[in-house]
Amino acid sequence: MSAAATAVERATRASRIGAWAGGAVLVGACSVPLWSDSGTMRLLVEFFCFLVMAQMWNLLAGYGGLVSIGQQAYLGLGGYLLFALANHAGVNPFLCVPLAGLFAALVAWPTAKLVFRLRGGYFAIGTWAVAEVFRLLLANVATFGGGSGQSLMAMAAIPRAVREPAAYLLALAAAAGAVAAVYLLLRSRHGLALTAIRDSERASESQGIDVAFTKFWVYLVSAAGFGVVGALYYMNILRISPNAAFDVNWSAYVIFIVVIGGIGTIEGPILGTLLFFALRETLAALGSWYLIALGGIAVVVMLYAPGGLWGALAGRFGLQLFPVGRRLRRRQ
Amino acid sequence: MIGWIDTLVQGVLLGGLYAMFAMGLSLIWGVMRLVNIAHGDFILLAAYLALVFGETANLHPLAAAPLVVAAMALLGYWLQRGVINRTLGKGLLPPLLITFGLSVVIQNLLLEIFSADSRALRAERITTGSLQLGDSLAVGWFPLGVFAAAIVLGLALQAVFARSALGRALRATSDDQETVRLVGIDDRRMYALATAIAFALMALAGVFLGMRTSFAPSDGPANLLFAFEAVVIGGLGSFWGTFAGGILLGVAQTVGFRLDPGWGLLVGHFVFLAVLLFRPQGLFPRTR
Repeated sequence: MSAAATAVERATRASRIGAWAGGAVLVGACSVPLWSDSGTMRLLVEFFCFLVMAQMWNLLAGYGGLVSIGQQAYLGLGGYLLFALANHAGVNPFLCVPLAGLFAALVAWPTAKLVFRLRGGYFAIGTWAVAEVFRLLLANVATFGGGSGQSLMAMAAIPRAVREPAAYLLALAAAAGAVAAVYLLLRSRHGLALTAIRDSERASESQGIDVAFTKFWVYLVSAAGFGVVGALYYMNILRISPNAAFDVNWSAYVIFIVVIGGIGTIEGPILGTLLFFALRETLAALGSWYLIALGGIAVVVMLYAPGGLWGALAGRFGLQLFPVGRRLRRRQ
Repeated sequence: MIGWIDTLVQGVLLGGLYAMFAMGLSLIWGVMRLVNIAHGDFILLAAYLALVFGETANLHPLAAAPLVVAAMALLGYWLQRGVINRTLGKGLLPPLLITFGLSVVIQNLLLEIFSADSRALRAERITTGSLQLGDSLAVGWFPLGVFAAAIVLGLALQAVFARSALGRALRATSDDQETVRLVGIDDRRMYALATAIAFALMALAGVFLGMRTSFAPSDGPANLLFAFEAVVIGGLGSFWGTFAGGILLGVAQTVGFRLDPGWGLLVGHFVFLAVLLFRPQGLFPRTR
């Protein structure tokens, strides 16, 4: 069999249609500030925030095999960086969004060195302990209002007609950027290494993949994503407090989104986020029963359909909207 | 000066409770290499069970304790057999994510049923009496009893593991899950028994926690973190190390609280981080 007789395919019919549909959705989403009200925009900002977090957590756990329950550490730090720079140093709040990502990655660097000494389940709890440390530390900083937090006064200087569309477009860019980044990353050489690590750490190590280093930069990328979300989210709701910003429920929501949607796929977190918001808008009145239901569904999914909703759909219809693999096809 | 001695003693006694929290976590890890993220919430569930027994049957917490322990052991056995065992051999993710899901479910169920208010187990007399040591130093009988119970349980657990047939089977299952099947040991049943024992320990710890302080549905994660930090500080797989880790954590927290109420828990976390940084194998690692 010669190389000429086969071709490597990296796209599917569904992915070509999906790319056009995705492009259309993106263009449509860009036009939202022109015709929508501020309530809808705020809801969509929140939606994009959860989409970014779901993609970043999925990259970490679904591909890197690093189950973290402490990514809220970077969300909180990103949020607090926005308040520190915008409120106390007069930096433009919108500029703080990318800076928050950078800051989160910088903090994640030494943190990774520390928590990577723990394995598996203990790593998960270790990341949580680190998030608790940041929460308690910031509760002791009087400049940021201590335990009761503070409001984002810097935003008052920017007129509402500028503020809301700008925040919205930033959030949209972050969401589209996160999906595109994960997609391109997984299609690259590094993505292949990451997928190999997901399937078998030991085997990929023997193939010459630097497992420790790969996990390290995945952790950094994920932290940066959560940092950006922290700035975006708190720019949207204008008030931050340690208990809210470092709440473990952030991890709970994101983990449930990814597990129910389908862990280890790019489509899964998107589907999961859509489902999460659809459920939330209909079941919001139920209060904590909503979380009980989500947790229960996640447990059942993990037990009986570990591929999640997207796994079930993809398995049944052979769908792949974001094909990251390589398929060999014999030339006609 | 006497104040500091008092703080130290209180810290050591608090550490006894943390050691009890940590035993169950350590046991499940030792046998199955699994971490139960809902560990702290199950401890809290036991405290609420004792509360229900107390309110409906007017039982003293210590009288309710055997019932709570039995109920929790059954729950643990069923949880392992019916749920966690299904995920064996499928990697790290499923058991972690399932127990995390359970943690959120339990916490919010407790919130729905008992509201967010703090509750306490009423055990007058027992929890108020104290042993006078000198003029200005007194040690409560109850914390002293909890500490003694932790030591006795630790010794008993060690004896079971070292000498009994069950202990041998559990250790063998821990060493090689596949091979024990060849000699007629049901590895899945061993896992369920290990979880049942761990849950019994957690149940007792929960009752003691409820008698010692007030508790609320959101306290579960903190219990998990304290248990985990005690295990890491002491060194994985080392029983007396875990005990020492619990004590060190308890002392760090009480000393921190004495310095500044806002710093108590932080000082405990810092000790954990320092151990992770300078001595990742723990202070008293098991030597083979």
